Amino acid sequence: MSDQAQSHHDAVDDVMIELRGMHKWYDKFHVLKDIDLVVHKGERIVVCGPSGSGKSTMIRCINRLEEHQRGQIFVDGVELTGDLKHVEQIRKEVGMVFQHFNLFPHLTVLDNLTLAPIWVRKLPRKEAEAAAMALLEKVKIPEQAKKYPGQLSGGQQQRVAIARSLCMNPKIMLFDEPTSALDPEMIKEVLDTMVELAETGMTMICVTHEMGFAKTVANRVIFMDEGEIIEENEPHEFFNNPKQDRTKLFLSQILGH
Amino acid sequence: MSTFERGPDLPPPVTQVGVIGWLRRNLFSSWLYSFLTLLALYLVWIVVPPVINWALLDASWSGTAREDCTSDGACWVFVSVRFNQFMYGFYPEAQQWRVNIIYGTLFLLMTPLFLKAFPWKTALGGFIIFVYPFIAYGLLDGAWFGLEVVETTRWGGLSLTLILAGVGCVAALPLGIILALGRRATDMPAAKSLCVIFIEFWRGVPLITVLFMSSVMLPLFLPEGVQFDKLMRALIGITLFQSAYMAEVIRGGLQAIPKGQYEAADALGLGYWKKTGLIVLPQAMKIVIPGIVNTFIALIKDTTLVLIIGLFELLGMIQNALNDPNWLGYATEGYAFTALTFWIICFSLSRYSMRIERKLHTGH
Repeated sequence: MSDQAQSHHDAVDDVMIELRGMHKWYDKFHVLKDIDLVVHKGERIVVCGPSGSGKSTMIRCINRLEEHQRGQIFVDGVELTGDLKHVEQIRKEVGMVFQHFNLFPHLTVLDNLTLAPIWVRKLPRKEAEAAAMALLEKVKIPEQAKKYPGQLSGGQQQRVAIARSLCMNPKIMLFDEPTSALDPEMIKEVLDTMVELAETGMTMICVTHEMGFAKTVANRVIFMDEGEIIEENEPHEFFNNPKQDRTKLFLSQILGH
Repeated sequence: MSTFERGPDLPPPVTQVGVIGWLRRNLFSSWLYSFLTLLALYLVWIVVPPVINWALLDASWSGTAREDCTSDGACWVFVSVRFNQFMYGFYPEAQQWRVNIIYGTLFLLMTPLFLKAFPWKTALGGFIIFVYPFIAYGLLDGAWFGLEVVETTRWGGLSLTLILAGVGCVAALPLGIILALGRRATDMPAAKSLCVIFIEFWRGVPLITVLFMSSVMLPLFLPEGVQFDKLMRALIGITLFQSAYMAEVIRGGLQAIPKGQYEAADALGLGYWKKTGLIVLPQAMKIVIPGIVNTFIALIKDTTLVLIIGLFELLGMIQNALNDPNWLGYATEGYAFTALTFWIICFSLSRYSMRIERKLHTGH
């Protein structure tokens, strides 16, 4: 098979993330129960569900911020095990955006962006800074490069956090409730950034309560409750024709207010 | 549609601003406070003028013997006559240029560290910390450079105080960092227990005991004929003792770093040492600057304890001078001079640390 044919083949059904029968416990508490999930390259998945349903824990297992105890996780063909080399290799390829931004407060915005490319990817500083500035342009805050995170608004900080993850050229982006800690006026600017990112064909998993975002951007919506995937469907069907009673109840609560 | 009319900004009431406002708010805000203010003023009036009279106005400043102290006030002649010993201890006068060179060079080397634009700060700092102490030792001792040998037992005075304090601070800091990190390494139980035991042992023992052990007991365990310099033993004792305190101060800072910082560093693929060195420690150390400086200041003053193992730092030299039959009865002047010297050193350090804190403040 030629290279071109290979890459074409990859684009069609390349599996980026696969969870097989994955379980997780916190001490005796069974947080994730038998999770099966396949995410293909370029897919955009929205995960929703009530708080405590295990949705954040699930995506945090994908870059091993949390350890799973049973089952298997494959990311870009590499299995996540206790092997630190695998973990570091996967973390290079997987970007994550947190609810509380988690920017490094002692570094300027630019240094926040260039830190990992310089120290992990071993890029020369000049190259890393040029790439960082280009990304800051994309998230529309290049003028904030020399400021410290504490001087920015919440929305700006979250856009910096997105840019920081993108600086590592990840193949996958994980979003853990990226708009939940924001003032209402700032949610839109962050969602706009995420929509733009989705348009570039990035593989994304977003834990979010922004149903508007789910409707317009997601290929698939996953509903979780009590550590299990209850329902999984493309957005139109999911919102207009939910199959499970639990899903119907959740949707009525979240959309009804 | 109507537009909301904004009200104008009004000036604050007269009683709230200016000198009168300040006095009213801070000194005379109630009958009780007015009374306390007046009481404090009275106390200042009965204490301060006599002290100024004794120390400055009525003091004798020049002369060479106690007969020159004719006034009622302080006899600073005692300090000026003995000044050389207070600075250099029993270091031979003809060789004191070596001490001057050591401190002068150190001062010159450190100046660029305070200049913002100086590019080789790390290299210079590394040189000062790792190389310079050996050069300094070589020159002070003399043997390596073919100079007259001055044994450490003859070193003394303020120059010895600064050696003890400087080496103690510089060596205890990295050791403290490693101990603090070790104590938090939950995934390495053996290393963690070692650190806990080390810290708790050294924190549980008084410094005097440590110094006694280093000077009296340690030689008993050393093989026959092995000489181990007394000053070196004291330095090691002080360093280990201080590093335990330092470790706990730094651990406080490590605990203040939110979990999210670790997670963000992990998610970016930074390994343990990069995460610790680039993300965690810079933030933790900034938080604990007051605690570190507090420990440093305590150490500087604790160096006076080496007196009991026969090393004559500043206070030791003063004690020694007070025993001189020609100068009996001038203890107050001697102790006042020591206190002032220590106060100047510690206060400068405190002010400097506040400057660093302001410079590193990025929290907003």
